[in-house]
Amino acid sequence: MEEFLSLTLGGVVSGSVYAAFALALVLIWRSTRIVNFAQGSMAAATTFIAVAVIDSGQSYWVGLVVALLAGLVLGAVIERVVIRPVEGGPELNAVIVTLGLFIAIQGAVALIFGVDQRAFVPPFSNIGYEVREGFTLLSLSPNTIWTVGAVLVTMVLLIALFRFTRLGLAMRASAFGQEVARLLGVRVGRMLTLGWALAALVGALAGMLIAGDVSFISPNFMDQLIVFGFVAAVLGGLDSPIGAVVGGLLLGLALSYVRGYLDDSLLGMAALVILVVVLLVRPGGLFSTTPARRA
Amino acid sequence: MAEPHGSTAADLTKGAAGAGTGTATALLEVQGLSASYGPVRALDGVSLRAEAGRITAVLGANGAGKTTLLRTVSGLVRPTAGRVVLDGEDITRAPVEAMVHKGMAHVPEGRGVIAELTVDENLRVGSLFRGKVGRDEFDRVYDLFPRIAERRDNPAHTLSGGERQMLVVGRALLARPRILLLDEPSLGLAPRIVAQIFGLVRQLVDTEGLSVLLVEQNARSALSVADTGVVLNLGRVVVTDDARTLAADEDLRHAYLGF
Repeated sequence: MEEFLSLTLGGVVSGSVYAAFALALVLIWRSTRIVNFAQGSMAAATTFIAVAVIDSGQSYWVGLVVALLAGLVLGAVIERVVIRPVEGGPELNAVIVTLGLFIAIQGAVALIFGVDQRAFVPPFSNIGYEVREGFTLLSLSPNTIWTVGAVLVTMVLLIALFRFTRLGLAMRASAFGQEVARLLGVRVGRMLTLGWALAALVGALAGMLIAGDVSFISPNFMDQLIVFGFVAAVLGGLDSPIGAVVGGLLLGLALSYVRGYLDDSLLGMAALVILVVVLLVRPGGLFSTTPARRA
Repeated sequence: MAEPHGSTAADLTKGAAGAGTGTATALLEVQGLSASYGPVRALDGVSLRAEAGRITAVLGANGAGKTTLLRTVSGLVRPTAGRVVLDGEDITRAPVEAMVHKGMAHVPEGRGVIAELTVDENLRVGSLFRGKVGRDEFDRVYDLFPRIAERRDNPAHTLSGGERQMLVVGRALLARPRILLLDEPSLGLAPRIVAQIFGLVRQLVDTEGLSVLLVEQNARSALSVADTGVVLNLGRVVVTDDARTLAADEDLRHAYLGF
C-alpha cells in the first residue's frame, strides 16, 4: 500500500511534466497541424540559457524567467522564419523541417554549452517528506509540490486565456477556421506566431521542471520527454489541451507503476506500447467527441 | 429581352443603364477582373457593379466562376488583371484581413462555421475586429434567428445545415458590413429554409440599407429576391439586367440558368 501510494504520487509528478510537454505539442498541432519534434531540443536550449544565467550568480527565479522569455522568443522566431514557408504545404515537409530543427538546435546547444552533463540545482529540496515514523514519501517533496503547482498554474492561465479572452478566441478561430478567421479580420499569421511562442514557453517550463527533477542537464536531456509528451498528447487526442493534461497524468501513472512493479528499463517500451494500443483502439484519443474535422 | 453581350467596360455601362439602375451609386465595382488557377482561367475580364442598398445576384452553372469571383473580390484569390473598387477605394491588393475593416463581409461557400467553437463564440469571432461590442448587438442577431438563439452554448458542429447558414449570416452581420458577399447560401438546404433566409436578407437590405452581392446556382430563388442579375458563363459575363427581366427571359433561363 505504501509503495502504491508512493508510485501514484510519483506518477502524478512526472505526469504533470508530461502534461506540460504534451500541451506544448497540442498548442502547435491544433493551430498549424505540425508535430513539433524540435520541442525537446528547444526546451533543452532554454534550460541551458537559464543555467548560464544562474551560474552567473543570479537566482533560480531569474533563470526561470529568462528561460520562459527565451522560449517565447525562440518559438516566435522559429515560426516566422522556418515554419511559415512550409505552412499549408505538404505535411511531410513540415515534419522534416521540425526534425531538422531538432538536430540543429541540439547541435547548437552542444557547440555553445558543451556536451558534458551539468549539475542543475532545483529551487526547492528534493528530499521527500517523512509522513510517518520510518516512512518517507520520496515523491512528495517541496520540489515535487512546486513542479505540480507550476504546471497547474500554467494550465489554468492558458485555459483562462483561451476561454475567456478575445485574444484566446482569435487564436482558437485561427486554429480551427483559418480562412473564415481571415475573412473576419483576424490576423491569423500573428495568432499562429503567438501559438508557437506560447507552446515554446510551456516547453521551456517543462524543461526547467524536468531538470530540477533529474538534477543534471545535457543537450539531449529532453529526448525521452519528447516521446512521453507525444504519447500523452495522442492519448488526449492531440487537439485538446485538456486531453493533453489528462493524457499526461495517465501516462505518468502508468509509467510510474511500470517503473515500480516491473523495471525501469521498460519505460520507453511501455510508452510506445501505450501509443500503439491507443492508435489501434481509439485513434482519435481517449476523449474524442468531436467528429472528424471537415476540410 | 436582354441581349447577351460581352464583358468589356463599355458593355457593362450599357448593361447597367439597360437595367435601369444608372442612377444608383455602385458601392462595389469590379472592373475587368481575371483570375487563374494554374493554367485554368477561372475569370476572364469580369465587370459588374453592386449598388448600395440592393441585392446583386451572380448566377451561372457549376464552374462558371461565381465562387472564384467572390474569392477574388475579397482577396483570397489574387487577380491576374482588373480592379476591385469599394466605395471609390481601390482594394484590389488589400489583404484579406483588411476587407472586413473596409466594410465587406464574405460568407464563404459551405457555411464556414467554425465547428469546434460554440454558436456564441462563432458570433463573437464576427465582431472581434471591432473591439468590445455590446451584448445588445448579439441579442439582435439572436432575435433575427431564434433557432440559433436556443443553441447558443452548443458546439457549432451540432447545428443543422440551415442553422449553420443562419449562424454565418448572423456572424457576418456582427461585422457590421456595408456589403455582404454571400456564396451559395441555398446549397443543400430545404426550399422552406432557403426562402426564410433569402426573405431575411431582403428585409435587412430594405430596412437597414445593407448591400448584398449574392452568388447562386439556384437562379430561380436568387432572382426572386435580387434587384439585379449578372449571368456568368465560363468566367465571362453573359448578361447583366434587372432581375425580373432575367427571370422572364425564357431563352436565357434555359441556356444558362437551368429553370
